[in-house]
Amino acid sequence: MDYSMRKKLGLALYIVFLFIPIYWLVIMSFKGTEEILGGLTLWPHDFTFDNYHTIFTDSTWYMGYVNSMIYVSMNMAITLVVALPAAYAFSRYRFIGDTHLFFWLLSNRMAPPAVFLLPFFQLYSSVGLFDTHIAVALAHCLFTVPLAVWILEGFMSGVPREVDETAYIDGYSFPKFFLRIFLPMIRSGIGVTAFFCFMFSWVELLFARTLTSVDAKPIAAIMTRTVGAAGIDWGLLAAAGVLTIIPGVLVIWFVRNHVAKGFALGRV
Amino acid sequence: MQRKVRDNKAWFLVLPVFILVAFSAIVPIMTVVNYSVQDIFDQNTAYFVGAEWYREMLRNPALLDSLGRQFFFSFSVLAIEVPLGIAIALVMPTKGRMAAVSLILVAIPLLIPWNVVGTIWQIFSRADIGLFGYAVNALGIDYNYTSDPTAAWLTVLLMDVWHWTPLIALLCYSGLRAIPEAFYQAARIDRASKWAIFRHIQLPRLKSVLVIGVLLRFMDSFMIYTEPFVLTGGGPGNSTTFLSQALTQMAIGQFDIGPAAAFSLIYYLIVLLVCYAFFTAINQLDKAK
Repeated sequence: MDYSMRKKLGLALYIVFLFIPIYWLVIMSFKGTEEILGGLTLWPHDFTFDNYHTIFTDSTWYMGYVNSMIYVSMNMAITLVVALPAAYAFSRYRFIGDTHLFFWLLSNRMAPPAVFLLPFFQLYSSVGLFDTHIAVALAHCLFTVPLAVWILEGFMSGVPREVDETAYIDGYSFPKFFLRIFLPMIRSGIGVTAFFCFMFSWVELLFARTLTSVDAKPIAAIMTRTVGAAGIDWGLLAAAGVLTIIPGVLVIWFVRNHVAKGFALGRV
Repeated sequence: MQRKVRDNKAWFLVLPVFILVAFSAIVPIMTVVNYSVQDIFDQNTAYFVGAEWYREMLRNPALLDSLGRQFFFSFSVLAIEVPLGIAIALVMPTKGRMAAVSLILVAIPLLIPWNVVGTIWQIFSRADIGLFGYAVNALGIDYNYTSDPTAAWLTVLLMDVWHWTPLIALLCYSGLRAIPEAFYQAARIDRASKWAIFRHIQLPRLKSVLVIGVLLRFMDSFMIYTEPFVLTGGGPGNSTTFLSQALTQMAIGQFDIGPAAAFSLIYYLIVLLVCYAFFTAINQLDKAK
């Protein structure tokens, strides 16, 4: 067996390893409760859409998906708007406290969530944002913003300074230069950053659950109620899980070319 | 490295980020500091106790146990995921449709909510309804992660490897794509071996993405909570009770907010210290070159 065949085989084995658990989840979502508990079947004998039917017809279920999408989109928008100028500052200028500021931003990702949740709840309740989408979006900014600045700065450092200088000589003002010339040059970076924001905001449960009760409750928190008096409704739980994977697949589909183009990050 | 202009007006560009992050960061942290020096009975009754909680927590065997378990877990995670991730990135196709397809397939575990990851592995590994649990038992190995501590620990580790190796692979893949073709051409002219190409061209170019990868994996594995909580609930016994969960039990279960806050801050300082040391070491290495 030659080298490139072995490479393909290795990758194929790894992808199989990734997909067997997901396969099991998907299969289980099409099974009824009796079949799941009745014994191991590799393929649903009684193929049923009941679990999905329950989710799509009950607004308390499907609103969870809508809520999650809303706060994730808000988070992506806020993060990009504030992180773009900041990353530009870090990539082009030296200023008082720049390295310290950078490490401080990053350090916010390191706070253990367990005990910090209670003060978060108190803070957002006291400013009247409890149970709103914006509260979750802002809380998630705590870890998406530092990462976004970090990634964007790498992309921006790849653009030569001469581009900026030429634009100023040609009479562009800073905002015009930034929006018309600079941003299009780093659009891959924006795509990759949006992907990472989505990734860390969509998957997070603790903040999202603590800061919401009814109106903005995310799907991940709603899933926990499949545990009822009669035990866990495995089929319904699996169906809800499958539906949480789909948005992620769509997002990675849109950014695949940006990631494939590659990025080397500047600052360490 | 490009030359940078010294200009303090750049602060205006950083200000929005500063305000946004400070809003969510400073008040909660100061609240936790406040809890950590008080004995709280209810909303109106609290006594100042100074550093007593800190002293007590540093002698608390249950917490020190979970701290040790935590370090062991984080280092196991890094030791498996970093080499495996690099290997995956090296074997992923570089061009054409297959490149995009394999990229999407490899990234999928990263985009699944963390409690769903726990659920997937719960459904997958249970001895009664799970494919994996059933298969391992069918092979004649007695495997039941709900009653055997070693099995539970290994299941959580396997879950983490499944969940997070793609992050390292993805970052490395992107880093590899950023290496100019001319480097490989030069290596071909020199008839460099595959290992030499990896050691002298690919690995140095991967450094910056690996730093991010290792830092992110260290922080997140050190604070792991949701996935083992769903999968094992910390048990059996305390075998998979990692630090976050031990603290949550203390703060919410037993309502010992003061001690839990004190230990949270110690915990936070440990993570900060490790990351800072890592960060500084890398920068020093850079300068030494």
